[in-house]
Amino acid sequence: MAAASAGVDGMRRNDRRARGLPGYWAFVLHRLSGVGLALFLPVHFWALSRSLQGEVALNDFLRWTDTFLFKFAEWGLVCLLAAHLVGGLRLLLIEFGPWRGMRMGWIVGMLGTTLSVAILLAAMMMK
Amino acid sequence: MNTETLRVSIWRGKTDGRFVSYAVPRLDSQTVLDVVTYVQRTLDSSLSYRFSCRVGMCGSCAMTVNGVARWTCRTHVSKVAVDGVLELAPLSNLPMIKDLASDMAPFFDKWAGAKGQFKGERSRHDDFASVQPDSVKRKAADAGIECIGCGVCYASCDTVTWRPDYLGPAALNRAWTLVNDERDVAGNERMRAIAGDAGCHACHTHTSCSERCPKGIAPTLGISALKRLTARAAMRGELG
Amino acid sequence: MSAATQARLWYAQRISAMILALCVVVHIVTIVYAVRGGLSGVEILARTRGNAVFAAFYVLFVVSAAIHAPIGLARIAEEWLQWRGRWLNGLLLVFALVLVAVGLSAVWGLYGGG
Repeated sequence: MAAASAGVDGMRRNDRRARGLPGYWAFVLHRLSGVGLALFLPVHFWALSRSLQGEVALNDFLRWTDTFLFKFAEWGLVCLLAAHLVGGLRLLLIEFGPWRGMRMGWIVGMLGTTLSVAILLAAMMMK
Repeated sequence: MNTETLRVSIWRGKTDGRFVSYAVPRLDSQTVLDVVTYVQRTLDSSLSYRFSCRVGMCGSCAMTVNGVARWTCRTHVSKVAVDGVLELAPLSNLPMIKDLASDMAPFFDKWAGAKGQFKGERSRHDDFASVQPDSVKRKAADAGIECIGCGVCYASCDTVTWRPDYLGPAALNRAWTLVNDERDVAGNERMRAIAGDAGCHACHTHTSCSERCPKGIAPTLGISALKRLTARAAMRGELG
Repeated sequence: MSAATQARLWYAQRISAMILALCVVVHIVTIVYAVRGGLSGVEILARTRGNAVFAAFYVLFVVSAAIHAPIGLARIAEEWLQWRGRWLNGLLLVFALVLVAVGLSAVWGLYGGG
């Protein structure tokens, strides 16, 4: 049985078992997908800015994009985007929309959309 | 009649304390408060814990039961000690006093910090205020007004753990009820107190508070509305 | 940083989120549609060169992302890394400017430059 750890300043930290709630995992998925996207974005912009050097440079770069690793990363990022987007829409509805509770159905939607996008995109990319 | 024994692990001491195991006779309809009471009265009188009404009205008995903040008087052992395992610790996110007693002072300090006190302008010489009970604002206030300050929501909030200066769900819920109280005149003062990263904008909608509240209050919804209200006030320059 | 400023940052992040939600959907649909059958440098540039609508849309996209992402990262740094202080805000402003600079140069490159 996991003992809860006492934190600093005599304050106890939340126990792990307090986190068995869907709202918390929706938050974690939303936050981690956001970090992934934030790290990817500068790379994405940089790659496209290489087009400043004209068509040849862009073609060179695009050849690079034919590798499996690249395509896998691309696939992963669109999945993160789908998750982040649906989770974000849920939050926007809770914060700005009519008061209809915690919109738990949207959490399911978040997972469902991500899964659908993951499968569909993988199928498209492998054709 | 049960002849079973329950092994319960109870936190003893302060931050540098440890879990100590006790054997308690298992009884039908036993609550966790019954267990703690048995330990203190029969096994170890030095155990410190809080309770008062023992019928789910005062919130004094709140503590961490198997990792989840609960009222011990309203928690049946049969519901939580599913594998015969029971672990008791003081409420999270608060300084420890001793054993199962946490220091509630920071919790109430934040209540005050959120301007959680009613401020009116009528005196005994004025007429009563006339408030429509079914108005949108009054219903919003009523949805949060039953809070008894037990600290369960505060102890369940990860954002409080990550941001020690975050006012927390109870204080913000109280502020929400007052924002919706048409008799209250603290207005901008309160908005200023609850906006920002130590206030409502730190909330990440984990919803632990709303899931754990023993009174069925949903601080998440009030806080979400406060985010919008205070942000708009800030954009209009009303918060300074 | 005052509470009012923090509230404004929160608001900016939410508004940029709404804009991004629309931009992202348009972007993904466009890319998927364009990518079917492969794409070459010539093909991409043929569509984007001199295309004012394209440029305007992606400028909006880049600026919104440059507002949205750093504010989110700031919260994570404060909560999970316990970073506090004015230097953190400076760091995030730098990140936002980097995103704007590299993003706009990408849009420019595809629109007219090079």
